[in-house]
Amino acid sequence: MRTRPYPAWISRLFILLVAALTFTGFMQMPLAKRYALTTVPGMAWTGDFFLVHKIHYVLGVALLFLVALVAVNWIKSWKNTLALTGLGLARAGVVFGLVVSGLLRVYRNLPGVTLDPAAILAIEWVHLTLVMVLGVLALVAIIRKSSAYAVRR
Amino acid sequence: MSEKKYRAKAVSRRGFLKALGVGSAGALIPAAPTLAAQERAGAPSDGELATLLDLSKCIGCGACVEACRESNSAKFPEPVKPFPDMLPSRRAKPEDWSDMRDVDDRLTPYNWLFLQNAVVEYEGKPYAINIPRRCMHCQNPPCANMCPFGAANKQVNGLTRISPGLCMGGAKCRAVCPWHIPQRQSGVGLYRHLMPRLAGNGVMYKCDRCHQLLDQGELPACIAVCPEDVQTIGPRHEIVARAKELAREMNGFIYGLEENGGTNTLYVSPVPFELIDRAIDKDSGPGANKAGKGKRKRTPLGPGKPHMGPVKDVMADETNLAAAAFIAPVAGIAAGVLGLGSKLLSKGEGDHED
Ligand code: SF4
Ligand code: SF4
Ligand code: SF4
Repeated sequence: MRTRPYPAWISRLFILLVAALTFTGFMQMPLAKRYALTTVPGMAWTGDFFLVHKIHYVLGVALLFLVALVAVNWIKSWKNTLALTGLGLARAGVVFGLVVSGLLRVYRNLPGVTLDPAAILAIEWVHLTLVMVLGVLALVAIIRKSSAYAVRR
Repeated sequence: MSEKKYRAKAVSRRGFLKALGVGSAGALIPAAPTLAAQERAGAPSDGELATLLDLSKCIGCGACVEACRESNSAKFPEPVKPFPDMLPSRRAKPEDWSDMRDVDDRLTPYNWLFLQNAVVEYEGKPYAINIPRRCMHCQNPPCANMCPFGAANKQVNGLTRISPGLCMGGAKCRAVCPWHIPQRQSGVGLYRHLMPRLAGNGVMYKCDRCHQLLDQGELPACIAVCPEDVQTIGPRHEIVARAKELAREMNGFIYGLEENGGTNTLYVSPVPFELIDRAIDKDSGPGANKAGKGKRKRTPLGPGKPHMGPVKDVMADETNLAAAAFIAPVAGIAAGVLGLGSKLLSKGEGDHED
């Protein structure tokens, strides 16, 4: 089956990173202890806010590298042979928004940086909302059996 | 505690500041008139305000504790009861201080400042040190940085605040605060209107440096009321200089300069803080409940007695990782431009090169 005209490792790495980021992102909310996730063998780390936060950063770094690499290759050579699907475009936009809001979040956390409380609120909620939108879009893509972001022209 | 006696004094000091034309972020420095005299009217860009507490002066009268309550009483929670039933009930328990509003020997949602006492011997001399404790107003506050909802924030004038209208009461800020300062009251706030059984548990409360007073160019209540001028507030660089000078004068020690990467609350004491930390009644931080006062049952209402031990910069790793986060897209682009990607990417899934 030729669902994706681009290499499988990109899809797999992307899905893995986004899934891990979503999980560690949701664990930023104080849920692990309340819902006893920390008592599941091997999951005690989910209760360590700082550890989960750092893992989220590291995963974010990996995603940023991958997204930039793909974007450059798209511009350099793929755009003539590949076309983004509608759902692909929507998801690419959402991923872009997540990346930007995530980077702003990282910036906010630097010592010496103090942003306007309204800006922080916006960053926070855009990031949280977009991840949910991405989830919905991914679900739609699976149901419609069009999970590839791009198709051959 | 004749707190009324100090009222007149507090008001007159406010009058003095007003007369001086000191603006919202001015050098509100009662203890250092030379600094206060410098013109800084209405310049919030002046940066963070810090406070200095001269512990050699505090007589433990408690006027500041009373004044804090009075000044902030309008912000105190009025919970709706009965509290929503929460799931799972074994793990999500309400924290209720509303029937214990008078508790003043620890931090609670109704008591944002309390006094610790340390009787220590140092270099052959006995000291009885009183320590007003409240939020340290960290320079890079984890309570604000780690809040997943943007409810906790640091302001440009150097104080951290938790918005009662946005806080879900998950108490993450308390968990990540090196001193476990914010305190929870259930039955108030946003969570009641969302999914009260499943998420949230009230609102977190702590010292907000009397922002309502600061914004008007007035001193925070605890500073204004103090009969001994224990506290001084002003631009951080001036407060740091003053703290160092004071420490030199009394051959003493400073707490807050390095702790958690630097706080906007500096304590200066004639005795080392290790001794103080060992002597105070505390239930947070390393060695809590072990040293000093002997074993003590952990309160179900969360720690409210901060320690005075060393604190590393808890956000330091994030700061280092931030560099990687900003370099990663650049590296990805560079790798792509240099053609690292093109070979790897040229083959599609189950695809043939044509
Ligand atoms: S800081 Fe001032 S008001 Fe507070 S207890 Fe000490 S002397 Fe009294
Ligand atoms: S002392 Fe705790 S509550 Fe206060 S600013 Fe620092 S981390 Fe936040
Ligand atoms: S600054 Fe205001 S809120 Fe903070 S301890 Fe002093 S009186 Fe209380």
